[in-house]
Amino acid sequence: MSKPAKPKVGYSRRSLLKASGAALAASALPAPMLWAQDTKDIVLRQFGTGVSNLNDVANKVKEDLGFTLEMTALDSDSVTQRAATQPDSFDIADIEYWICKKVWPTGNLQAMDTSKITNYDKIVGIFRDGKLTPDSVIAQGTAPHSVGFVEGPGGTSFATGETGWMTLIPTIYNADTLGIRPDLIGRPIESWTELLNPEFRGKASILDISSIGIMDMAMVCEAMGEIQYGDKGNMTREEIDKTMAIFTEAKRAGQFRAFWKTFDESVNLMASGEVVIQSMWSPAITAVKSRGIPCVYQPLKEGYRSWGGGIGLSSSLSGMELDAAYDYINWYLSGWVGGYLMRQGYYSAVPETSKNFMSENEWGYWFEGKPATGNITSPTGDTLAQAGDVRDGGSFQERMGSVACWNAVMDENQYMVRKWNEFIAA
Amino acid sequence: MASRLIRNRHVLGWVQALPLTAVLLGFLIAPIAMIVVVSFWGATEFSIYPAFQFDNYEFLFGSPVTYRVFGATLKYALITWALTLTIGFTVAYFLAFHVRSLTMQIALFLICTIPFWTSNIIRMISWIPFLGRNGIANQTLISWGMIDEPLEWLLYSDFSVILAFVHLYTLFMVVPIFNTMMRIDKSLLEAARDNGATGFQTLLHVIIPLTKPGIMIGTIFVVTLVMGDFITVRFMSGSQRANVGRLISNDIALLQYPSAAATAVVLLCTVLIVIAVMLRFVNIRKEL
Repeated sequence: MSKPAKPKVGYSRRSLLKASGAALAASALPAPMLWAQDTKDIVLRQFGTGVSNLNDVANKVKEDLGFTLEMTALDSDSVTQRAATQPDSFDIADIEYWICKKVWPTGNLQAMDTSKITNYDKIVGIFRDGKLTPDSVIAQGTAPHSVGFVEGPGGTSFATGETGWMTLIPTIYNADTLGIRPDLIGRPIESWTELLNPEFRGKASILDISSIGIMDMAMVCEAMGEIQYGDKGNMTREEIDKTMAIFTEAKRAGQFRAFWKTFDESVNLMASGEVVIQSMWSPAITAVKSRGIPCVYQPLKEGYRSWGGGIGLSSSLSGMELDAAYDYINWYLSGWVGGYLMRQGYYSAVPETSKNFMSENEWGYWFEGKPATGNITSPTGDTLAQAGDVRDGGSFQERMGSVACWNAVMDENQYMVRKWNEFIAA
Repeated sequence: MASRLIRNRHVLGWVQALPLTAVLLGFLIAPIAMIVVVSFWGATEFSIYPAFQFDNYEFLFGSPVTYRVFGATLKYALITWALTLTIGFTVAYFLAFHVRSLTMQIALFLICTIPFWTSNIIRMISWIPFLGRNGIANQTLISWGMIDEPLEWLLYSDFSVILAFVHLYTLFMVVPIFNTMMRIDKSLLEAARDNGATGFQTLLHVIIPLTKPGIMIGTIFVVTLVMGDFITVRFMSGSQRANVGRLISNDIALLQYPSAAATAVVLLCTVLIVIAVMLRFVNIRKEL
């Protein structure tokens, strides 16, 4: 994979030429053409979950940066597996922060120098000191900043503050809650406890990805007042047992219609009316809505379960590929991708750059929680909201400000996984 | 001279057997040996390390879930076997003894294989909208006035899992049974009739004993396919039921390879025992 490293000078001359928009001139001159040729030959292999592994991004990279980005989309479990066991199969890992906690100790990823990241200072506080605003309380679970830094290149344990060496460059995040079919429920839903309400027997669902499912379970059990957790993101065996007992009982009583593992399954369960209340991801709501079926991403009084993803670099990256990867990261944070993702309902790590790639109406609807002034469409052209509609949950500050816990991986993870297997088999 | 010939023949025999031996060693024996070895290894959250420990088996045999899941797997296998055998035998019987012309037999047989032109995942998933709460089946039954409320158990239940299994695997029963039936000498049936046997007696005392090898081959197909399956159970039960295959796939997804290997070894032994028991009843080799 590694190609002979080119001298730094040459590389920056290439970027200079590119920046001045002299691509045509460059190809007319023999020497720069060589550089252009090299960039064109670079292939970076990225893999990650479906949410941000989009072909549109790869196409835009080719257009803006010149090199090729190969995308592979996998489910969360497979992503973890691949990052941990096949370090040579990728250059860029697009993973979630809790996966990072699991994978970092394998040494398959390298820390990134934040001084090379142009927009580092504009990255939202959640990913730097953990605080959205100076007086925010840090939520439970694997909060991104807690696994976001290491002491230096080659560091294997996470640092407590900003050190200048980042494990993942944050790219995308959101606050998750329950999705509901308001037309089939017909009354307001305000609490996580509704997931186990016997009223919805046989019409509820949760996701069958243990590390995320357990958090949804914990939100429900805590809201019911059945369990007081020390830290939902790092449960004790006793807490795990109690949580599983409550849900096993509900499962045996027929509370759940099905469990889902992939995005499409969750969309189909909801759209077909098999399920009226379930754990769900934001774009799945969008997908249901774009079929003309009412579906609400219901804000709940106990708060959101949040997650964040970022880009990590394979430790085998070096030379020109590594430079290209930094170029890619800087480009990623420069706004185009952010705008694209925000128009799907996610948040970008550097919202202010994304703003330049969104209309005022879109920015107001998605970020500021204002009523739409015209039709809101997805990047693929489906109409998601009409004038006057307001985003479920409101503004960025309201949504990300009421995060109750982050997706996490616990110390007792293996025990939890076994219990989860028992729950599925129960 | 003669001894050299014999020796040569031995050498020749070994050489002829070599390619198959190499293929079997490389693609059957080695992977199984690897699985057995790994089943004694240990695992951390993100890696596996060589060891010789019985932790995986201890956990497996110590958990009530294991027994329940193996029970469920055998239950699926047994019910699917009974249904596919009944349907498969009937279809094969019809094709072999009721349809007179060979052309017609071949044509009808080909029709049986039409569903196999699509992937089995698609055949399975196409049941989901059909059986759903607002699916075609429920809507039809409601419009006929047979039920007032949609039947919940049609989908995401043991019923839907077994329905999919039967749909997917009946042909594996039809083919071998049809094959053996076609080779039954028709004069035996005439002799039975001449001796005053009723149709049912002929079936019971002539046809069934003579089709045993076909039934057994079909049984082995169906039982091994059902016991090794995980995707049908996952989709058709909406992840609500588990069989051994799902235990293994969950373990693999969570990087617990040694534990998955141990479960696989136990499953392999179970299937081998089941087949060994079945072969006690019929000696396929003798009757082929």
